[in-house]
Amino acid sequence: MNIVVCVKQVPDTATERKLRSEDKTLDRDAADGVVNELDEYAVEEALRLKEAHGGEVTVLSMGPAKATETIRKALAMGADKAVHLHDDALHGSDALGTSYAVSQALKKIGFDLVILGSESTDARTGMLAAMLAERLGAPQLTLASKVEIEGTAIRVERITDYGYDKVEASLPAVVSVVEKINEPRYPSFKGIMAAKKKPVETLGIADADIAADQVGLANSWSEVVDFAAAPPRAAGTVIKDEGDGGARAAEFLASKKFI
Amino acid sequence: MLNDEHVELRKSVEEFAREVVAPVIGDYYERCEFPYDVVRRMGAMGLFGLPVPEEYGGMGGDYFALCLALEELARVDSSVAITLEAAVSLGAMPILRYGTDEQKRRWLPGMAAGEILGAFGLTEPGGGSDVAGGMRTTAALDGGEWVINGSKAFITNSGTDITGVVAVAAITGRREDGRPEISTILVPSGTPGMTVSKKYSKVGWSASDTRELSFTDCRVPEENILGERGRGYAQFLQTLDEGRVAIAAVSVGLAQGCVDESLRYARERRAFGQEIGCYQAIQFKIVDMEARAHTARLAYYHAAERMVAGLPFKKEAAIAKLVASNAAMDNARDATQVFGGYGFMNEFPVGRFYRDAKILEIGEGTSEVQRMLIARELGLPT
Ligand SMILES: Cc1cc2nc3c(=O)[nH]c(=O)nc-3n(C[C@H](O)[C@H](O)[C@H](O)COP(=O)(O)OP(=O)(O)OC[C@H]3O[C@@H](n4cnc5c(N)ncnc54)[C@H](O)[C@@H]3O)c2cc1C
Ligand SMILES: Cc1cc2nc3c(=O)[nH]c(=O)nc-3n(C[C@H](O)[C@H](O)[C@H](O)COP(=O)(O)OP(=O)(O)OC[C@H]3O[C@@H](n4cnc5c(N)ncnc54)[C@H](O)[C@@H]3O)c2cc1C
Repeated sequence: MNIVVCVKQVPDTATERKLRSEDKTLDRDAADGVVNELDEYAVEEALRLKEAHGGEVTVLSMGPAKATETIRKALAMGADKAVHLHDDALHGSDALGTSYAVSQALKKIGFDLVILGSESTDARTGMLAAMLAERLGAPQLTLASKVEIEGTAIRVERITDYGYDKVEASLPAVVSVVEKINEPRYPSFKGIMAAKKKPVETLGIADADIAADQVGLANSWSEVVDFAAAPPRAAGTVIKDEGDGGARAAEFLASKKFI
Repeated sequence: MLNDEHVELRKSVEEFAREVVAPVIGDYYERCEFPYDVVRRMGAMGLFGLPVPEEYGGMGGDYFALCLALEELARVDSSVAITLEAAVSLGAMPILRYGTDEQKRRWLPGMAAGEILGAFGLTEPGGGSDVAGGMRTTAALDGGEWVINGSKAFITNSGTDITGVVAVAAITGRREDGRPEISTILVPSGTPGMTVSKKYSKVGWSASDTRELSFTDCRVPEENILGERGRGYAQFLQTLDEGRVAIAAVSVGLAQGCVDESLRYARERRAFGQEIGCYQAIQFKIVDMEARAHTARLAYYHAAERMVAGLPFKKEAAIAKLVASNAAMDNARDATQVFGGYGFMNEFPVGRFYRDAKILEIGEGTSEVQRMLIARELGLPT
C-alpha cells in the first residue's frame, strides 16, 4: 500500500507568532518551525498501517526551505521517503491554492491512501482534506479516530459531538485524523540515523505540473485586508466565598447562559 | 562537539521529557511509585538501547548519546534519568563488555527495548567506598552451580516488576597475595535464595527503585559468571569509570533544570513592585547557576568524548562527576532560594530538584572518592 502523509511545518505554538507587515502573510522566520502537531498523529497512523499491511510511507510537505527540518522528523519517525514541494511561486497560497498544488504533487507521486492532520495550528482552516479529496476525485474520510483497512475497503470511526460515525469507502481515499487516534512515537536514535540516508525529492511548480496562475499570494481567492494584535485577555471575575460563594458562582454561570 | 544526530537525539528526548515525563512525574514522586508507563515509553523510543549495537537489539549509538539523553531527562526529573542510567550503564554495559555471546543474546535485546531492567549489585551494608575491603558476599562452586551468600545495599532497579537480572559482585576465593578474588555473577530475578527487600524510604529519587538484596544459598548455573573468574574488581572499576560520566550528565541535567525553572519564575514573580528577576541578587544567582551548568557540561562532554574515542578518561570522568554533582547541589540550593516558600513545596519541580541533588555527590563514588582518584592520577604519594 502506497501511503502519502501530508505534513505542514508551523510556527511553534509556544513562541510568539507574527504576521509580516509587507504582505500580511505569516512570518515563518520569526518563530521555530515545528511539525504541525496533528500531522505527527497522521505519520504515526501511516506507520502503523504500513506495519500491519506492508507498503511504503511517503511524506509530502509544501513549504519554504526550512520545512526540511519537519520532513526530517517525519523520516526519523520511520517514513520511507519524502517529497518537498518548494517554490517561491507558492508563497502566500491560500487553502484553495495550497490544495491545488498539493493535489498536483499527489497525482505525480501516486497513492492508495492520503493521510492528513484534521487541522493546522497556524491557519486552522481545517479545509485541506476536503479540498484535496474533491480535487483528486477520491472519497474523504475526515476526523478519523480509528482507521481500518481490509483489501481495498477502508473503514473509519469519525468523531462527532455525540460519539462517532462509522464511515466506509474504498481506496484510494483521503483521511484526516484527530488526536485520539494514536500515540505518536518519538524519533529513536536509529530512526534519526536512518533518516539521513532516506531520499528527499524536491519539486518546483513546473516539476509537479502546477500552473503558476493558480498559486501564490497574487492568485489567492482570499485576501487578508488588515490585521491587529489580539487584545489582552480581560481579567476574569473573582468570586470570594463569604458563605454565599456557591450561589454567586451559579448566578454568574446562569448570566452567561451556561446553566 | 556534537554531530547532527546527537543534536537531533537531544531534541527528541527534550520533547519527550517535556511532553511525557513532566506532566505526570510529580504524582509518581509524591506516591513513591515506579513510573512503569513512562519507562515503557522510554523503551519504545529506544533510550535503553542507545549504546547497544544493533545486532543485540540496540540503537547502535554511543555512550555520548546515552549521556545526552540522561541530561535531557534529568532537566525534568532525576528518578527516570537514574532508572535509565542504572539500567544501561550498570545493567547492560557490563554484559555487553564482558558477557559471552550467549549471555548477550539472552539479556541485551530485552534490556535494549526497556522491557527488562538490569541492576548491578556492588555496594554492601558494610561499605560502598571501600567496596573490595567491605565485601562479605561470597560465591562458591558446588556441583556446577554458584552458591551465593551475603547481602547488597542500595541496589537501583533491583526490585521492579520488570527487573530481569542482577549482576552480583562476590568473593569467589583468595588470590595468591592473600587478597580476595572477586567475580561477577548474573542472578536472574526470581532465583530461589535471592530475597528482594521492600523499597527504602529515600530523601530523593523517590520514583526510582532502590532495594536491599540478600542471598541465602542462592544457586545459579556456573556459566552465569560474567567474563573471567577473578576479573570482578577490574570490571567494576571500569564500569564505574563510565558510570561517572553518566552521573555527571544526570547532574548537569538537574543543574540546567534549576536554571530553566528559575528563569521562568524570575520573570513571573513580583515583589516590591517589579519582577524579582529585576533584582541583581536574583540575576547573579541565576547567572552563577548557568555558569556552573555550562562548565560542568563541558567537563562531561570532554570525558565522554575521550571515552568514545578510546582514550584514557579516568581523571576526566572523576573531575566531571565531582564538578557536575557539586553544580547540581549548588544550583538546587539557589533555585530553591529564588522560588522562596514555593521552592519548599513538593509540587514545584525545584523542590524535587533539591531533594534529588544530594545523592549525586554520593552514588557511584562519593566526592571524596573522586578526589582520591584525581589525586592518584596526579601522582600524589599514597
Ligand atoms: C494566520 C493565517 C490565516 C490564514 N487564513 C486563511 C483563510 O482564512 N483562508 C485561506 O484560504 N487560507 C488562509 N491561510 C493560508 C493557509 O496557511 C494555507 O492555505 C494552508 O496551506 C492550508 O490551510 P490550513 O493550514 O488551514 O490547513 P488545514 O486544513 O487546517 O490543515 C489540515 C492538514 O492539511 C495538511 N497541510 C496543510 N498545509 C500543508 C502543506 N503546506 N503541506 C503539506 N500538508 C499540508 C496537514 O496534514 C494539515 O494537518 C492562512 C494562513 C495563516 C498563517
Ligand atoms: C539511591 C541510591 C542508589 C544506589 N544505587 C546503587 C547501585 O545500583 N549499585 C550499587 O552497587 N550501589 C548503589 N548505591 C550505593 C552507593 O554507590 C554508595 O552509597 C556510595 O558508593 C557510598 O558508599 P557508602 O554508602 O557505603 O558510604 P561509605 O563508603 O561508608 O562512606 C561514608 C563517608 O566516608 C567517606 N569516605 C570513605 N572513605 C574515605 C576516605 N578514604 N577518605 C575520605 N573520605 C572517605 C565517604 O566519602 C563518605 O562521605 C546507591 C546508593 C543510593 C543512596
